[in-house]
Amino acid sequence: MTVKIYIPKDAAALALGAEKVAKAVAAEIAARGLDAQIVRNGTRGMIWLEPLVEVETADGRVGYGPVKAADVPSLFDANFLSGGAHPKALGKVEELPFFAKQTRLTFARCGVIDPLSLDDYRAYGGLRGLEKAVATTPAQIVQTVTDSGLRGRGGAGFPTGIKWKTVHDAVADRKYIVCNADEGDSATFADRMIMEGDPFVLIEGMAIAGIATGATKGFVYIRSEYPHAIATMTRAVEIARRAGILGTTVLGSPNAFDIEIRSGAGAYVCGEETSLLNSLEGKRGVVRAKPPLPAIQGLFGKPTVINNVISLASVPVIMDRGSEFYRDFGMGRSRGTIPVQLAGNVRNGGLFEVAFGITLGELVNEIGGGTASGRPVKAVQVGGPLGAYFPVSLFDTPFDYEAFAGKDGLIGHAGITVFDDTADMLKQARFAMEFCAIESCGKCTPCRIGSTRGVETLDKVAAGIEPQKNLELVADLCNTMKFGSLCALGGFTPYPVMSALTHFPEDFAPRTVAEAAE
Amino acid sequence: MVSQAHSTEIATQTRAIVDSLKWLEGPLLPILHEIQEEFGYVPQESLPVIADALNLSNAEVHGVVTFYHDYRREPAGRHVLKLCQAEACQSMGSEKVADKIKRLLGIGFHETSLDGSVTLEPVYCLGLCACAPAAMLDGEVIGRVDDEAIDEIVAEVRR
Repeated sequence: MTVKIYIPKDAAALALGAEKVAKAVAAEIAARGLDAQIVRNGTRGMIWLEPLVEVETADGRVGYGPVKAADVPSLFDANFLSGGAHPKALGKVEELPFFAKQTRLTFARCGVIDPLSLDDYRAYGGLRGLEKAVATTPAQIVQTVTDSGLRGRGGAGFPTGIKWKTVHDAVADRKYIVCNADEGDSATFADRMIMEGDPFVLIEGMAIAGIATGATKGFVYIRSEYPHAIATMTRAVEIARRAGILGTTVLGSPNAFDIEIRSGAGAYVCGEETSLLNSLEGKRGVVRAKPPLPAIQGLFGKPTVINNVISLASVPVIMDRGSEFYRDFGMGRSRGTIPVQLAGNVRNGGLFEVAFGITLGELVNEIGGGTASGRPVKAVQVGGPLGAYFPVSLFDTPFDYEAFAGKDGLIGHAGITVFDDTADMLKQARFAMEFCAIESCGKCTPCRIGSTRGVETLDKVAAGIEPQKNLELVADLCNTMKFGSLCALGGFTPYPVMSALTHFPEDFAPRTVAEAAE
Repeated sequence: MVSQAHSTEIATQTRAIVDSLKWLEGPLLPILHEIQEEFGYVPQESLPVIADALNLSNAEVHGVVTFYHDYRREPAGRHVLKLCQAEACQSMGSEKVADKIKRLLGIGFHETSLDGSVTLEPVYCLGLCACAPAAMLDGEVIGRVDDEAIDEIVAEVRR
């Protein structure tokens, strides 16, 4: 029997040498005349173990990692095709604590299957949600999504079902589904992982959204920094079209739905939904005022559902297993699961899908294993460049939209960047302002100009020039940006700045004294 | 004149690209991507051709080209090296990596080396945040950039 060897093709695995490993494995198979086949899967999300090579044995899938090309001959010598012992052996992959502790609903297939095999997709439960969707009414689909409690996973946390209902109820000759895959926040890679590891789940989710709202055309706007995701999604759409999942008769039903993949052009602000719509229309990615809501007047002025990748990719499992199944996970008004991304200076970095309610401390210390450097954790930034810095004293905060808001933070797209005690929080606050200045679309004055003034003022603080007065100025500036900007870029840049200032005041204290004493 | 012939050629090629893509809904970004793919940058000579074909003003096309970080107004070096400078990479020393590479290549961000071998750019997130610091060399991703990787990158761009 042909043995299957899984070697990830996810960008993170490639960045760690998976291509060389795959070549070395192929060479050994040929040289030894073995009956084995290489499958290029997505990643399981345990990035510190990448490249993670898995072998399908009678006993289940066993893993070896992190594998270097130089390890490959010794793996074959150790008879790893039968799960043989080797210093890189990890045992059964699904029994590894990091994996076993997860609740994989959205990412159920990611890292398991060949991303571009529809047979694999079906074999692991794919298309069941869409099959149910074509057999029911649009209103019923919208109700199911509403009842599931799914909220926008892009960061804003707006109830997905309500957005869909608005588009469903709107009357227009054309409607659109737009998938926001402009995942620009540092510490986040969930969208990339699912697009590279299980692209059909996103296609299925978008098709369901189309049927639910009466939209016949979908766009996936993927940032240009993700060439691998663009390539995989493009191939997947072609395959789905040939298989009748997309096209004039979705799964043989009277519903038409097709998808086009579009590449961004390196503007962070296009992750904001209205600038993304402008960008798709071929304009500068400048933010639009709301109202009108995109659900009423979105792409080309037509009713548009604009959802994040993970929101749409969570819909198939909701349709398949029912709203109660999904809603039963989570806490408070945060229902279902969230793919938490552990990033930066963390020992076990990767993606951990879990029901809402787990605490920040559990995620960073127990799941993430603390810092990669081995030094104490100083701060974590949750939610990307616009998210707050949390000190260790707030590690009891549960992962829940409202709980984070209550601590002047946000979950955002659920990325967590870990910093050890060498981090300089004044520098991080300055970077937040600098990044806002680089990426501002220029529409709102507080964002466009305030960010530059923020950098200058924090530089004065760092230089010890009237620190007290200048810090008051920073706080005042943050207040103006927060309430005087149309979108989250200007409006949320104060989160990292003010949280750094609030929780780590010692880093903003004059340092010239200490230096002079040396 | 050579330069005029060159301009005409750019205009002709631009026209062909525009004609092949203008049927798309919102075709401007796909057209600009394709032009950059063809020429390595977005030549000034392309702009009036695009504006004319899409019934836009020159100012509108100029506005779009200059809004997005991706579109170059002049050719890049033979290699393009992007170093992630976002928070997750910062937490793993991306600033030190950038300083060392700048020193070794003798250029700063947004600059091309005098011999035209490499253009160095910052990038704000490659989505490789769990294997930071990250870089991208000519579209190939590199994770956990350490001293050894820096030496390999520098050797590669000098080749």
